[in-house]
Amino acid sequence: MLVENLMIQKVYTLKPTQTLFDAEELMRNRRIRHIPIVDNLNHLVGLITEQDLKRAMPSSLLTTERNSLNNRLIEEFMVTEVLVGHPLDFVEETALLFFEERIGCLPIVSHGELVGILTDTDILYNYIELTGAHKPSSQIELRTADQIGVLSQITTICANHRASIISLLVYPDANDSSKKIISIRVKSISPQAIIEDMRKEGFELLWPNLPTM
Amino acid sequence: MAKFTDHVAHENAVFIYSPSQLTYKFSDEHPFNQKRLELTMDLLTQIGALNAQQIVPPRTTTDEELLLALDADYIDIVKRAGHGYVTNAEGEPFGIGTEDTPIFPNMHEASASIVAATLTACDYVMQGKAQHAVNLGGGLHHGFKNKASGFCIYNDSSIAIRYMQKKYGARVLYVDTDAHHGDGVQFSFYDDPDACTFSIHETGRYLFPGTGSITERGTGEAYGTSFNIPIDAFTEDDSFLYCYKEAMEEIVADFRPDIILTQNGADAHHFDPLTHLSCTMKIYQEIPRIAHDLAHKYCNGRWVAVGGGGYDIWRVVPRAWSYVWTEMSDFEQPHGPLPEKWLKRWQAESPVTLIPTWDDPSPLFEAIPRRAEITEKNAQTLEKALYTLRHKI
Repeated sequence: MLVENLMIQKVYTLKPTQTLFDAEELMRNRRIRHIPIVDNLNHLVGLITEQDLKRAMPSSLLTTERNSLNNRLIEEFMVTEVLVGHPLDFVEETALLFFEERIGCLPIVSHGELVGILTDTDILYNYIELTGAHKPSSQIELRTADQIGVLSQITTICANHRASIISLLVYPDANDSSKKIISIRVKSISPQAIIEDMRKEGFELLWPNLPTM
Repeated sequence: MAKFTDHVAHENAVFIYSPSQLTYKFSDEHPFNQKRLELTMDLLTQIGALNAQQIVPPRTTTDEELLLALDADYIDIVKRAGHGYVTNAEGEPFGIGTEDTPIFPNMHEASASIVAATLTACDYVMQGKAQHAVNLGGGLHHGFKNKASGFCIYNDSSIAIRYMQKKYGARVLYVDTDAHHGDGVQFSFYDDPDACTFSIHETGRYLFPGTGSITERGTGEAYGTSFNIPIDAFTEDDSFLYCYKEAMEEIVADFRPDIILTQNGADAHHFDPLTHLSCTMKIYQEIPRIAHDLAHKYCNGRWVAVGGGGYDIWRVVPRAWSYVWTEMSDFEQPHGPLPEKWLKRWQAESPVTLIPTWDDPSPLFEAIPRRAEITEKNAQTLEKALYTLRHKI
């Protein structure tokens, strides 16, 4: 998946000559935590985050001091060394960048212009979409040997029951490196026959199953 | 402005039924089996709780009424499918011709007759001809405006709510105690502040349809008129009833409906083959009682009940649904042994041994591991689900 499929294209920006007050207001009104700062040509010149703003401002109890800072300019405290991404970057690699650099957002730049922004929330939402139910469906979870052909065996069972697969995830079993966990969502309210066939073929069902202590 | 009568109705309760409802039949092997209506009515008749005067045949329905909550091209394809003019491949974008909702003869007529029965129930109650009415053949809550899903073709509840809004100017509270989320109804009224939907169901983490999380609260002006309590798999009676009762009382008191429409799916029982909750007959004794009390307290008694899921049609559904009717008709709640004749008649056909008593034997199943954690988690889910009511925002 590419960054351009996931990034937010309608980006709220400010100019370096706007004020702390403008930044605070924009964050509050739009419920955002990051504002890319651009010049008149939409070139990225800096970034301010909720964190930067908090650091620049005195305690909310010191009202007078706070008000006296309202007209200070963004360019005085914005971050100018900003990590940026490209629309054709891979989301998977970008997610790793968030993790390694401990960043909360990545402005996306193409031909020198700001074209989008990607935040940790967007990446998290993407994970929810990948694993979640967006169409009516039932979930089945299996633990299988890490062997070639297992997946085709499983999808054949689904196909035999004319059940369409909405999503399918394969990931290593944290407790046993020779095993894989397979999580499937099928478009059916009654997956019992599929589950029965999976049991018959010797698959270990994690769900449906009784909870363990 | 409300356009319905406020005087006390003549009849206490009516039971809407015609044998045409049995034609809603996908196949002999299909889990959704309306034979449960026959078993339920036979049981009620044998204990003297249901007589011919109380049974009202449904009127017919018009396409115009169906169009209140359905798309014209969807109705058209269902009509043609039932007469052999649609292949599975053509039907699939509309959810028909699938394993869940296969094509069957006269599927439009059968589905429309279920809608008609629910509309008849609504007319009886809204016109003051009866205080309460039930259509156990209805409650097809997974149907969407342009798509069949989860055994449901036409969503009779969605159509009925729109119908009552339009014809009677009524504010409707829809309550869904089926083990599956009432997605079709919820999303039909997701942006409508004059209809409130409340569904308590097994979490969609694994179970169909997957939606029904606490964060689904409605949108725009209707934010806060959609409530979901997704309870954990293996939830038992007390925890289920605690969540249901607390939520019902607070939602009704806040929304102030003119009428309560309850969907009474009977698939949260331990025996149900499609779901993973661990409830017993106890919840089916209590669910209608609470709805009934609240209908009298807030809605001048106006209460319409429909059926829904329920896939153990032998051991669970007849008893569970009987309790909806005995509650509604003020017939004393039955306990003790089931009628001999009923047991004898249906045991001959049943692939499982019938439960010979109204109450389930105790214990019905081995102790559930992690019961305390499940109960605690459900209580937390309830608290989050009612957040918008308890902290007016």
